[in-house]
Amino acid sequence: MAIPKVCGIETEYGIQSVGPGDANPIAASSVLINAYVAELQRRVGWDFEDESPGNDARGFAREDAPEVETHLVNAVLTNGARYYVDHAHPEFSTPECSTARQLVRYDKAGERVLTRSMEAAGRLLPAGEEIVVYKNNSDHKGNSYGTHENYLMNRAVPFARIVQHVVPHFVSRQIYTGAGKVGTEASAGGSADVAFQLSQRADFFEEEVGLETTLKRPIVNTRDEPHADAQKYRRLHVIVGDANLAEVATFLKVGVTAIVLAMIEDDWYGDRDLSLATPVRAIRQVSHDLSLSEPLDLAEGGTTTALGIQWELLELARKYADDRGLDCVGDEEAGQEVLRRWEATLHALETNPGSLANQLDWVAKRQVIEGYRERHGLAWSDHRLTAIDLQYHDLRPGRSLFARMPMERLVDEGEVIEAMTEPPRDTRAYFRGRCLQRWASSVAAANWDSLVFDLGSDPLRRVPMMEPLRGTAAHVDNLLAGCSSPAELLEQLGS
Amino acid sequence: MAERELKKRPSTTRDEEVVEEAAPTSDKGEKLKAELDDLLDEIDEVLEDNAEEFVRNYVQKGGE
Repeated sequence: MAIPKVCGIETEYGIQSVGPGDANPIAASSVLINAYVAELQRRVGWDFEDESPGNDARGFAREDAPEVETHLVNAVLTNGARYYVDHAHPEFSTPECSTARQLVRYDKAGERVLTRSMEAAGRLLPAGEEIVVYKNNSDHKGNSYGTHENYLMNRAVPFARIVQHVVPHFVSRQIYTGAGKVGTEASAGGSADVAFQLSQRADFFEEEVGLETTLKRPIVNTRDEPHADAQKYRRLHVIVGDANLAEVATFLKVGVTAIVLAMIEDDWYGDRDLSLATPVRAIRQVSHDLSLSEPLDLAEGGTTTALGIQWELLELARKYADDRGLDCVGDEEAGQEVLRRWEATLHALETNPGSLANQLDWVAKRQVIEGYRERHGLAWSDHRLTAIDLQYHDLRPGRSLFARMPMERLVDEGEVIEAMTEPPRDTRAYFRGRCLQRWASSVAAANWDSLVFDLGSDPLRRVPMMEPLRGTAAHVDNLLAGCSSPAELLEQLGS
Repeated sequence: MAERELKKRPSTTRDEEVVEEAAPTSDKGEKLKAELDDLLDEIDEVLEDNAEEFVRNYVQKGGE
């Protein structure tokens, strides 16, 4: 049986300084995050110490003080998320989630954190200066920054099998995960005539498989940092996706991918091989084809389309669900909800894509850009169209074009606001978040797979969290309720 | 083919969509057009004043 598809999303946000001040994006990112954290009046450093197999002990262990980076801004929030400066961007990594819907909620909470950070920074900056954040992946000048998904997988699954079956999914899922982009930044391929394409990111992928994330980006990234028990788990680090604002798009991106990975884990494809002859070419073909009918060469011979691949995957998934069930993506109902949405979306893409303008980013963006172009009689090269593209992703409520669109919500806004500070209840993020809520001043550092406590006179004490599904509310609520101090907690854990 | 089987699959979602598609669309179409017009009016109001400068100045460092 496939293991639970614990998942998360890391988003690097675009950042822009407005006004006469320092336009250094690293400094601006630090100001942004510091402003937010200062207003929370809670701050916990992130522990950069790598885990090694030797540290994989159960219970907790006394250890020497870990090295904690201090020159970069790093914070762990009480919802279990990490919020920090990565390269020259503010990055928000959601806490570990157990279902696609829950991850939609935490991804949206991340947007709210960034919006509140802009407001907090605005209170600190001189008049006339502002830091503005965009949830997108491209500056339209050839520079891209990432939105990465992470999925828990069984270490025993051969990586070659993952690559074989996940590549056709990553190439074809763009038809609902794309965030849309005016123009193209592909350096090769002679596609200068692309007016609008499905994906922000497709132009930037040059390899099928590899370790890189910033150069020669691969469709399948081989970074192998499980942030969990490395004997049992792999964390599939997916760098090929777009940042989505549309909740339905995020839901499908995560929900369908989790099911596809479960099928790969259970070797459900059998002899079925949807491998593409030229995946890197195909990812651009799909992104550049608004008719969704571009033939893609299959490795076995013959052709298919992105829609054809997705229909085949859906059929496989229906049979998989009937035979194996979908508990691995949360529970049966959560899985069935993904299947229903997936089918309805493919049907709509096939018959009337415009009907998804309230559900998918690329369709929503395309509709307003086409409408605006027609109204003002603009050429595709007009800067106003690119400006609309960028401003779609602006996270300021007063400026965001996305916020003006009648998009379908999957999560209640009250739940999103709560998720800014409350952790998910059914992953280890719960333990991390609760400890930070109660004893932030005693938490010296935190990492995905450990918490380090500083009780004052003693050496720092590390609590390993190598199991992503331990430390849930069901596991630790009673324990935490019975402890009035971190010292008591550590005593209980060590006993 | 798999595709055809799936399209034939009876489902309540599908039935609802078919009903919607079969209904006279002029009212709905006009309503959608009016909504889009309102949205475009708003975009005219909030779009960055100098689009060319805004686009030119939006330069990011590569990330990841």
